Order: sequence, then structure tokens, then C-alpha cells
Amino acid sequence: MELLSGADMIARFLQDEGVEYIYGYPGGAALHIYDALFRQDKVKHILVRHEQAATHAADGYARAAGKPGVVLVTSGPGATNAVTGIATAYMDSIPMVVLCGQVMSHLIGDDAFQETDIVGVTRPIVKHSFSIRHPSEIPEVLKKAFYLASTGRPGPVVVDIPKDMTAPTERYEYVYPKKVKLRSYNPVTRGHTGQIKKAVELMLKAKRPVFYTGGGVVTGNASEGLTDLVQRLGFPITTTLMGIGSYPQGDRQCLGWLGMHGSYESNMAMHHADLVIAIGARFDDRVTNNTSKFCPTAKIVHVDIDPSSVSKTVRADVPIVGPAGSVINEMISLIQGKDIAHPEALTEWWEKIEGWRAERQGKLYEPSNEGEVLKPQEVVEAVYRATRGEAFVTTDVGQHQMFAAQYYKFAKPNRFITSGGLGTMGFGFPAAMGVKMSYPDDDVVCITGEGSFQMMMQELSTCKQYGVGVKIVNLNNGSLGMVRQWQDLNYKSRHAHSYMESLPDFQKLIESYGFTALRVHTKEELEPALERALADKHELVFLDVYVDPHEHVYPMQVPLGAMRDMLLSKTERT
Amino acid sequence: MRHIISILLENEPGALSRVVGLFAQRNYNIETLNVAPTEDATLSRLTVTTNGDDRVIEQITKHLNKLIDVVKLVDLTEGNHIERELMLVKVKALGAARDEVKRTADIFRAQVVDVTPSLYTVQITGDAGKLDAFLQAMAPVGILEVARTGVSGIARGDKVLSL
Repeated sequence: MELLSGADMIARFLQDEGVEYIYGYPGGAALHIYDALFRQDKVKHILVRHEQAATHAADGYARAAGKPGVVLVTSGPGATNAVTGIATAYMDSIPMVVLCGQVMSHLIGDDAFQETDIVGVTRPIVKHSFSIRHPSEIPEVLKKAFYLASTGRPGPVVVDIPKDMTAPTERYEYVYPKKVKLRSYNPVTRGHTGQIKKAVELMLKAKRPVFYTGGGVVTGNASEGLTDLVQRLGFPITTTLMGIGSYPQGDRQCLGWLGMHGSYESNMAMHHADLVIAIGARFDDRVTNNTSKFCPTAKIVHVDIDPSSVSKTVRADVPIVGPAGSVINEMISLIQGKDIAHPEALTEWWEKIEGWRAERQGKLYEPSNEGEVLKPQEVVEAVYRATRGEAFVTTDVGQHQMFAAQYYKFAKPNRFITSGGLGTMGFGFPAAMGVKMSYPDDDVVCITGEGSFQMMMQELSTCKQYGVGVKIVNLNNGSLGMVRQWQDLNYKSRHAHSYMESLPDFQKLIESYGFTALRVHTKEELEPALERALADKHELVFLDVYVDPHEHVYPMQVPLGAMRDMLLSKTERT
Repeated sequence: MRHIISILLENEPGALSRVVGLFAQRNYNIETLNVAPTEDATLSRLTVTTNGDDRVIEQITKHLNKLIDVVKLVDLTEGNHIERELMLVKVKALGAARDEVKRTADIFRAQVVDVTPSLYTVQITGDAGKLDAFLQAMAPVGILEVARTGVSGIARGDKVLSL
């Protein structure tokens, strides 16, 4: 029997759980835990420069590696700084365990120094939370936290740890709990076979089917199965922003992604479909536009692991509650040896879709001419070419995010790492750090904008400390591009506070940390700069790319319209 | 439509706030709320009455079920059930009204449980409709204070909400 203090139990548990990295920032209430981490060398602690970055880095790690990201912060401001990152992970169903220091138990409720009711603050943005009430509970509570974070529909779990629970003088028996059980938590492991049969019948009979798949396929590791299913049936597929890469984007059957800034052919196909097969997607408002006009002729099959996602905004005709992977596999075995009932209708459907595709071919944006200011879209295309489509790409939020999603064609899941649900500016750079640490030999590119980057740029210091070689492509248009676009469209171009008056000299800024930064103004400079940036995988390089501030993201769905109602450029609409 | 949802909840600190928070966070309505321990020390029973169309109620029950602290729940209004609420009312009881209050209380099978020279404290149990009717009947006399427990309920017949 081994006796350990609460703090040592935490360190030991993290080792036994196989945690590689923990992102955090020390402070009074967490110091016993920090001391315990100091006295071991299996779990690597990464000291960030702001707690929000710790959560984003852990989040990026989780999205790329498919394992829970782990965060350690102190009480009060340490914990509240982490809140945006917790909410980001919650909205995108990312597994994360956040350990928060707390003031001594006897001080709780007294408004003690650095006291915040973090369990209360985070209650609406966590899958679950725990408060440690006795040091001996630590191993079991932590196991529960990891179990909850990573199973079912994943999400962040907060563990609040009063300082006296980790006191070095009090020791208790430590046993690593291999398994835990929660009587009220039994995530589904498979879908209802009867419902899956019904869905497959509809699929085989469909004349204008379309798959619409989301982040659930990525987190459920179901991309291979999905690709197989879609290719066997020969149906078109569109993904959500979160589902990008769950089906190879370059493939003919892939129509790109859908929704507010989705591709023309995706949104048209959705609108005209007679069957929508939604898997691991949640019909959110950025996808559906006006739900009362959504897919007027389609029957809807909805597969989701979370029953509360099914029929939440759009009523499903065939609801299936289950994990994407097992449901897809069951679908595959059910269609085996069967033919679709209307192959001629499917051919016609494809002709229609190819027609939509052709309509917009070559009209998506106008590339710059020699010597002219660059278009953000062509920068993303150049990044795509330079990294051969194999990079991990993280983004912040805004126009650059949409351009990255539109013009970087992802062939694999877990590669496009973006804050889809919460839309958190500041996410991209720290997320890239988290990815790069677990994939040191891959290209990790953060496509960002000068507004977003400035929200978390203090992390340059973290990158310096740990030698994190991420590549930052700053699409610098000197303004908050997406805000400006909305102001152009809805506020007669009154650009209220969407212009960045006093930008730093990014090159000097980056150089002050000892990194390389290059300024890029034109097409001719772009490719050599990218080549230079990607030359050494372990070197952080920052490209400050000046792009056209007048560019808008299109297509753009018309508010309150149907899927097919889109602005296609500044002058065209459907 | 009005629904009565009964929940078996882990008897843990903060569990109640998760349930109440869910209603606030998702813009659902709580009309009454009643919570107390059960014969099993690890469980509380919470009964909430809420309003909403089928879609909203479906979402409410799904989201409640998602809460880790919610062990089991039942929408009592889906079947035959017994619904009870207890109310204590202080009413003015002076002059002729003193007899009137007592008579009305008898009609409602309510009991006068405390008396002063100027008021009666009346205890009444029943469903929410009966309690409302009693308050209406007492209004002309003068209601001084009302304490209601909120609805509690149980299914009729063999159906049991337990682990």
C-alpha cells in the first residue's frame, strides 16, 4: 500500500493515465500540485503565458491526437482566464480535463483572496464538474473526469481542488482506478437496429440523396467507414465546418462544406435533396439558415450520439441515437449486396450537381495580378500547395477562417482545427502549439488575421521556451475583416471599430522573440516566403501577408432564407 | 401544455443548481419546484412543473437526462398520476368573515392550524387547481400570506420511479 499526498496523487494519476502534456500556469492554490509535478519527469508541463492559451493548446492537442487535453490553473483569475477555452471545447465537444486550484476548504465562501466559485462559473459550459472534498477521493474523481471527458459526446470536465486537499503532510492510500462506473451515465454504444434498417431503406430508395456529416464523425474516428459507405452508394456528401476532412475533400463526391459560407453546390444540393443523411452533425443555425425553409423536400435521417441533438432544431424523420462509427458500419453491412432502386435518378441528380458545380467554377474570386495586393484566398491556396495538403491547419475566427476552410482541401480528419461552435478569436495560435508538440515532425500552420493573432500573441514566449516550430500565416488586412464585411452589407459600410489603427510592426515583434518573420506583399514574394517558412519543421516562422481589405467571403447565405438563398459575390445572388 | 417532471437526483452538492441552471440557460420555464431527500440517502427527488409544447418538453427531458447527476426521471403527465401541493395561507378572520373563512375551509377540506384574534392560518392540500380555487374564494376576505410547497407527484398504479 502506497501513501501519497493529494498533490502527489494527482501527479501520479496523470502518469498512470498516460497523460503526455499538461498545459498550465502556477499560482498560490495550485502550488502543492506544481511541486508534485516538479518532482517527476513523465508528464511534461508546458508553461503558457495566459491561462486561456493553456485551454486552447490542450484543445488543439485533443483535436489532433484524439485524447483528452489536460489543463492546470490556479484559483480565481487563473480559473476564470480559462473559461473561454473551456467554452470553446464545450461547443465543439472536445475532450478536456481542467484541474483548478481552489482556496482552502475552510475559506470557501468567505470571498478569500483569489477565490472564485469556478464550478458555478463554468456550470453551463462543462460536461460535468467535480469538487474534491477529501484527498482520498482524488484518484477516483480524476478517473471519472477523464472517463466523462472522453466517452459518449466528449466535452470538458472541471475539477476544483481546494489547496488543503493537496497538502504534502496528509497522506492517503493511492491505487490507480482502472475503471470507474457512474450509475447515471451510460453512453450508447450502438444505434437501434430497426431505425438503422429504416434509414438504409430510405437510402436505397432515394432519388436525390445527400450526406451531411459533422464533427461527430471526426471525434468518433468514423472517417474510414464514412468514406466507404459514401463511395459504395455513390451519393454526394457535404460536411460541416467541424466535419471537414472526415471525407477527402478533393474527391468528386465531396461537394465541400455547407451553410452560411458553404459551397454553392453543397447548399443547392441540400435544398433540392429528397433525403438528407446527417451523421454526427447538429443542424446548427450556421448550417440550416432559416429552419422553416430548410430542405423543403427532404426526409431526414439523423445519427447522433447525443439524444438531445436529435430533433433539436430540425425534426428528424428517422432519428438514430448512436456513435457514428458503429451506425455507419451497420449501414454498410445492411447495404451489402443490395442495389439502389433508382440508379437513373441518381445519375440525373449528379448531372444537376455537376451543373451547379460548373456554374461557379473559376468564379469564386479574382486572383491578383502581378504586383497587385494579394487576395486572401490565393494565399490559402498557396499554403495548400506548399504543404501538399498534408499540414495541420489551425485558424482563428473570421474571414481568414472561412477562406482557410474553403481553399485548403483536407484529405484527412483531425487536420483542420478551428473553433467552429463558439467562434473564439485567439484560438488558432495556442491550438497550433498544442498540435505541434504532439506532431513535431508535421507542418502545423496557423492561418490567422492580425486581429485574432493579437488576442493570444503573448504565446510567442511559450514557443520560444519550448522551441515550438509552428508556422503563422497572418492574413493582414488591417481590419476585422468579417465584422467589416457585415458592416458593408448591413450598415452601409459604416466601419464602426473594425479598423486596426495601431498595428505593431509584426516583423520586429516576432524578431524580438528571436524568430524569423517575413513580409509578403505580392504574388511573386509569396511562394519563396512559404518555401522559406516551411524549410525547417522545428523553426517558428511568421509570414505577415498583406491582403486586400475589401475582399468578402462568398458564397454567403441570405439571412432568414433557405439553404439555396445566397449572395455569390458583391454583385450576384441566387 | 403543463408537465410535471419528477427526477431522482444524486444527493451531491451542486446537483440542484445544475438542474435549475439548465432551465435558465436554455430558456425553459420553471413554474414550481420541489425537492427533498428520499428513503435512499444517496438520492433526492425533485419535481418540477414546466410549460412547453411537445418539442420543448422533449428537449427538456433529454437535456435533464444528460446531466450526470440526474439518475432517472419521469414525465408524470404522460400517464395517470397523483398530484399534490400543500399550502399554508394566512387570511383575515374578523367579524362575520371569521365564520365564512372556516366554512369555506371546510368545503375545501382544509384545516385551520393556527388562530389569532384577527386571523386564521389555513392548511390545504390538493392539486394546483384546487389551491388556486381556494385562494380565489379567500380573496374577498383578505389574504395576508401564502406559502406553497410546489407540486409533488407520483404515478398511479404499479409504475414506480426507483433505481
